[in-house]
Amino acid sequence: MSTETNHQSLRQRPQWGVYLQMAGMLPALIALAILFQMITGRFLSWQNISIVMQQASINTVLAAGMTFVILTGGIDLSVGSILAASAVVAVAASLIPGLGWLGLLAALLIGLAFGLLNGSLVAFMRLPPFIVTLGSLTAVRGIARLLGNDNTVFNAQLPFAFIGNATLLGVPWLVVIAFVVVLVSWLVLRRTVLGLRIYAVGGNPDAARLAGVKVWAVLLFVYGMSGLLAGLGGVMSAARLYAANGLQLGQSYELDAIAAVILGGTSFVGGIGSIWGTLIGALIIAVLSNGLILCGVSDIWQFIIKGVVIIVAVSLDRYRLRGSART
Amino acid sequence: MSDDQVPNVAVLQMRGIRKTFGTVRALTGVDLTARRGEVLALMGENGAGKSTLMKILSGAYTADSGGEIVIDGQPVSIGSPTDAKRLGIAVIYQELALAPQLSVAENIFLGREPRRFGMVDRAAMLAGSVDVLRRLGARFTAASKVGSLSVAERQLVEIARAVHAKARILVMDEPTAALSSHETERLFALIQQLRGEGLAIIYISHRMAEIYALADRVSVLRDGAYVGTLERAELSEQALVKMMVGRDPSSFYKKPSSSADKSPGETFFEVADMADGRRVHGCSFGLRRGEVLGLAGLVGSGRTELARLIFGIDKSTAGTLMLDGKPLVLRTPEQAIAAGVLYLTEDRKGDGLFLDMSVEENINFMVYGGDARVGALNRGAARRRVDQAIGAFTIRVSGRQAKVGALSGGNQQKVLLARLIETRPRVLILDEPTRGVDIGAKSEIYKIIDQLAGEGIGIVLISSELAEVVGLCDRVLVMRDGLLAGEVGGDGQPIAQEAIIRIATGATAQAA
Repeated sequence: MSTETNHQSLRQRPQWGVYLQMAGMLPALIALAILFQMITGRFLSWQNISIVMQQASINTVLAAGMTFVILTGGIDLSVGSILAASAVVAVAASLIPGLGWLGLLAALLIGLAFGLLNGSLVAFMRLPPFIVTLGSLTAVRGIARLLGNDNTVFNAQLPFAFIGNATLLGVPWLVVIAFVVVLVSWLVLRRTVLGLRIYAVGGNPDAARLAGVKVWAVLLFVYGMSGLLAGLGGVMSAARLYAANGLQLGQSYELDAIAAVILGGTSFVGGIGSIWGTLIGALIIAVLSNGLILCGVSDIWQFIIKGVVIIVAVSLDRYRLRGSART
Repeated sequence: MSDDQVPNVAVLQMRGIRKTFGTVRALTGVDLTARRGEVLALMGENGAGKSTLMKILSGAYTADSGGEIVIDGQPVSIGSPTDAKRLGIAVIYQELALAPQLSVAENIFLGREPRRFGMVDRAAMLAGSVDVLRRLGARFTAASKVGSLSVAERQLVEIARAVHAKARILVMDEPTAALSSHETERLFALIQQLRGEGLAIIYISHRMAEIYALADRVSVLRDGAYVGTLERAELSEQALVKMMVGRDPSSFYKKPSSSADKSPGETFFEVADMADGRRVHGCSFGLRRGEVLGLAGLVGSGRTELARLIFGIDKSTAGTLMLDGKPLVLRTPEQAIAAGVLYLTEDRKGDGLFLDMSVEENINFMVYGGDARVGALNRGAARRRVDQAIGAFTIRVSGRQAKVGALSGGNQQKVLLARLIETRPRVLILDEPTRGVDIGAKSEIYKIIDQLAGEGIGIVLISSELAEVVGLCDRVLVMRDGLLAGEVGGDGQPIAQEAIIRIATGATAQAA
């Protein structure tokens, strides 16, 4: 059939375009790393790379949870506060004699609980995610301070301190955990029915409902996941510091997590994006922070440069994707 | 200067228009001439390049160099929608482009708000809108919110916007796709009026009857190339379809032979007293095994609303369902799907397909859960299903991973239909299954429907195209004002188009 072959040839795209789209922000990450190496001469040392990855690890974990939420077209502004509350609970519970490990479990559970609360308000009350999580950003911050009596809680004998300070076969545990989280997230998103439904709910919620998806269950899952991972982030911070402070910990972490997701090419309206993109986004942010410090750039300018880079990167991304316009 | 009484003045000439996207050649040198005071029909299968050509005319795309656009004898370059508007070109899109939360007047003046002391002059806006709406015979006020209007009324707002902006070339892309026959008649009268006022109207449609009713000339595109133009006197369905598809349309609109010797089975699905307290009032009917039951009626008569109640999308206030003599409660689409009652939405892009997902994912979407092993996607099963469906439904795609959003309307519709059929439904409610679908795909969809009925599936066919209802159905229920107002055909009796229209419009409420 001549019509058929014509249709086929009309719809094929150039191969390099596909690869470019898959690569996403990876070229930008590599370019930044090379740039900093050229300026400082020590950016790409093994030791510094290890430091950058440790610095990226907590944000990667939060951003992984954020990816789930943003893929459904939502947002979770409360992750920084949940991280603080979980960290305080982790340290406080670890002080119980003989049951120190309970801290880890308690932190994860409290993160999950806050996440499910966000999810219920979004799924059942149909409230806008921005408003729900803006509320919990503030309220959970207060709860975090309350839990620690508005003080810093310490535990010099924290039983799970190795998470923040030890290595596994030379790789810091923080980095191992972040990588496992990314891997599990990838499995869920790309290899399970649930993952497909997450993309579907973000891409077209009405169609998802008509196709028999329990949209409420999907929403509950993604916010629960984001809360749980924020709880894990709390454990990671507590383990690194042997301490937690409900007021200071995790301030504006949600913004770095969102920035990582956006840099990773995930659409803000939902339905499009990948966890690998998020990982690259989190690494770009960490590389920028570390590189600028190595270059001796002042704290003030670091803020300005990071903000500009995010906007420029996303603009470039838009420009790149526009080339693949549909006929 | 230009004389309104003289026809045959070419107001628009497009010559050698080319457009490529990457390596895709969407248009390969297309010519088009539109004259003052005429309706030029533009035909071609989906994917033939009509929309691309019109997007170039409206400034949404820029043509590749080499071609030429001439308006009133002057070569022009259209680099943006603003250029197009300035040149008097207005496009009424398939997907209506209005702001639903604004009023009719605000929409008519959108982007050209009259100002007074730097503020928007609402009084002038309202007065100007009332004027143009009266001229076009609108029955709603300029202050109404566009969101509260019907599809036909919204379309009228778009036309009013174009007329008010002094458009001289009006492009209408399938304007009747969502209209009832009554609304279509009114639109046609309006088009004739605008033609009489000297507008050049480029009219894109797949429906032959409309071409006959309106067109002064018909230009045909195929696979991105210009095929030719027929004058009104030369029009014939055979010739047009042949130009469009490049083959002879023998079996089109004919009832497939298999239905002649087919006798529908016993009634196995019953709907009783279904109501939602607003748009649907006490509807009852039975569906037989292997039957194609038409559900006709004007748009807004409650057909889609009834289907949505049955499928559990909207909440019913009363009504019961029976399947195989057992009561059935469907509160959510999920329960309906599990029971084997499936609904094909009338709005495939709005609440049907996942446009960013692949053909494979779209077709398998409802069966992934059943095929899964402990929640993990079964890619092997998915690939088998999609390959089988692509073959069975003749879906034209570059591969399983092609994004559904990039397919033509007909192929998208087949993908959606395939998704439903993968669930092995017992009852299939098809809402406007051939809307915005080209002729080739249309006849293929008809074949699929007939084949499914042959397998014993009970099919409810909602359609605004009477020829389609008459051609495909064993029996037709007609809705009016939320009630099942009558039944036509059945027991092997012929289905009379006139009888459907009479009942739908309320001329008489008879049971044939």
